[in-house]
Amino acid sequence: MSVIRTPRTPSPGLDSPPIELIDGEVEIGGVPILRHLDLTVRTGEFVALMGANGSGKSTLVRALTGLRPLAGGRLKLFGTPYDDFKDWRRVGYVPQRVGAASGVPASVWEVVASGRLTRRKLLRPLSRADRAIIDDAIEVVGLAGKAREGVSTLSGGQQQRALIARALAGEPDLFFLDEPTAGVDRPNQAALADALERLKARDATIVLVAHELGPLERLVDRSVVLRDGEKVYDGPCLSDADVHASHFDWLVSHHHNHEHTPDQAHDSHRPHASAPLDCTHEEAPQ
Amino acid sequence: MRRLLNDAVDESLTETDDGVDAGVRAMSGFELFSYGFMQRALIAAVFTGLAAPAVGTYLVQRRLSLMGDGIGHVAVTGVALGLLTGASPTWTAVVVCLLGAIAIELIRERGHAGGDVALALLFYGGLAGGVLLSGLGGKSAATLQEYLFGSITTISIGDVILTMVLAAVVILIGVGLAPQLFAVAQDQEYAQITGLHVRFYNMTVAALAAVSVTVAMHTVGLLLVSALMIIPVATAQQVTSSFRATLYGAMVLGTLTSLGGLVIASFASYHATVAPGPTIVLLGLACFILAWPLGTLVRRRRRLGATNPRLEEALDG
Repeated sequence: MSVIRTPRTPSPGLDSPPIELIDGEVEIGGVPILRHLDLTVRTGEFVALMGANGSGKSTLVRALTGLRPLAGGRLKLFGTPYDDFKDWRRVGYVPQRVGAASGVPASVWEVVASGRLTRRKLLRPLSRADRAIIDDAIEVVGLAGKAREGVSTLSGGQQQRALIARALAGEPDLFFLDEPTAGVDRPNQAALADALERLKARDATIVLVAHELGPLERLVDRSVVLRDGEKVYDGPCLSDADVHASHFDWLVSHHHNHEHTPDQAHDSHRPHASAPLDCTHEEAPQ
Repeated sequence: MRRLLNDAVDESLTETDDGVDAGVRAMSGFELFSYGFMQRALIAAVFTGLAAPAVGTYLVQRRLSLMGDGIGHVAVTGVALGLLTGASPTWTAVVVCLLGAIAIELIRERGHAGGDVALALLFYGGLAGGVLLSGLGGKSAATLQEYLFGSITTISIGDVILTMVLAAVVILIGVGLAPQLFAVAQDQEYAQITGLHVRFYNMTVAALAAVSVTVAMHTVGLLLVSALMIIPVATAQQVTSSFRATLYGAMVLGTLTSLGGLVIASFASYHATVAPGPTIVLLGLACFILAWPLGTLVRRRRRLGATNPRLEEALDG
């Protein structure tokens, strides 16, 4: 644990927002998936990306990590334009796909150790410090007793936690988690929340894609809701009940009565800024 | 086999007046290992047995078990080119295999639905081209057959040295870059985000597969190359739960089966025509069949939570 919590030395661009997306657009097969999307995430923020299936939230994460190229707009990571960004060790990613199934068995330790590659030199064996960090990462997610077991023998929730440990092992400053709670039972969700809480305590920036927040709700600073590839809500955390607000109408009608009601602002540059879009919340100036 | 063995003995024992059959009959026990052709064959078997599964592990991990087979087909054209031009078939096979592997990797990378068909076309083109070219070169089917099914006991010193060098390169890269190659094969997208050159490592595996096909060509033959790359891995993973254990286990198994198969075939050759290539493959399959129930047992024990940590540690190295 101690190794993971060691305060990192300040690196250039630490003051720049980890994510700065301006007018982002993504197309898949010519079909626009994300349109005119602005998103700035500040250091230490825990942002939940929410929305119905097909709203584009996973696509947004894939665009932010570079897995899905932007069709338009500008993306800066830690203040560096995406094309010039080389410091990928600062970015951690936990994929949606549960069960990193492959043809050959792989132990939990090996999968987590592969997350340490960003910090290793080529053809050099793992140092004692590397091993300590890998062990710590496994311990943080509560899999210490299962380190030598094959990943494929674990439950879905445990596999998800192994993938989180893999991201932890690289000691990134910015975490992307794509639906970490999908298909995971409550005890595992709680274990996951504990692991993320420790991350948050070290001032990591976390972007989480979620359909349901569950026990993670208490950690979320800010919710961003997408619908049809557009940002329709950006403000304080929405409760779990609001998470189901995949319909605009629902969001609007319940929104005003909710205790977390955010400051509202009209989004004038959107053409159909009718009733539902009233809840769009513009980024507060820093 | 007897024909091949006789040819080889003939070369080694030109001073024997009693004839080759007498020479073969006289061989027994350790005497067999004193012959140069047998020592060359044993060296080739060890290096092939180590190298082929080292690459095969990555192919199985990516679910590309048949890639070695595909490259093997393409290699036939390479061998035929060598026979046609008088160049060393091993070298021409290395070049053509590398080109074929890069083509396969490029087709695979695009990920189109037609990629599967494109690969099949490449395979059959390679095989048909090879047979046609060797016919044009006036070589008999028997010459090509040496490469199709292996002829480890007639391997020349030059080919043994080339096999050793190529196998050593494959082993060094396959083991040395194991962390990177493992990460890329395990989760390509994650590897990409962490900044690994995914394409470079994919091409590396394809190139290693191409080289190990030519390495294994003399041992088990092009049509059975894939077997030596895949069967030891399939056997090892019955009882392992980690990648490293599978990789090293498969390399040990590959060495044991190729050595064992060669020795069994050599001794059996006193009585019948037994080719080393198929013997090696069948011995590997026999090991797999033995490991299967063992693997089922191990997995059941693991499910019941009755894992033996000492066994696990031993396997994980």
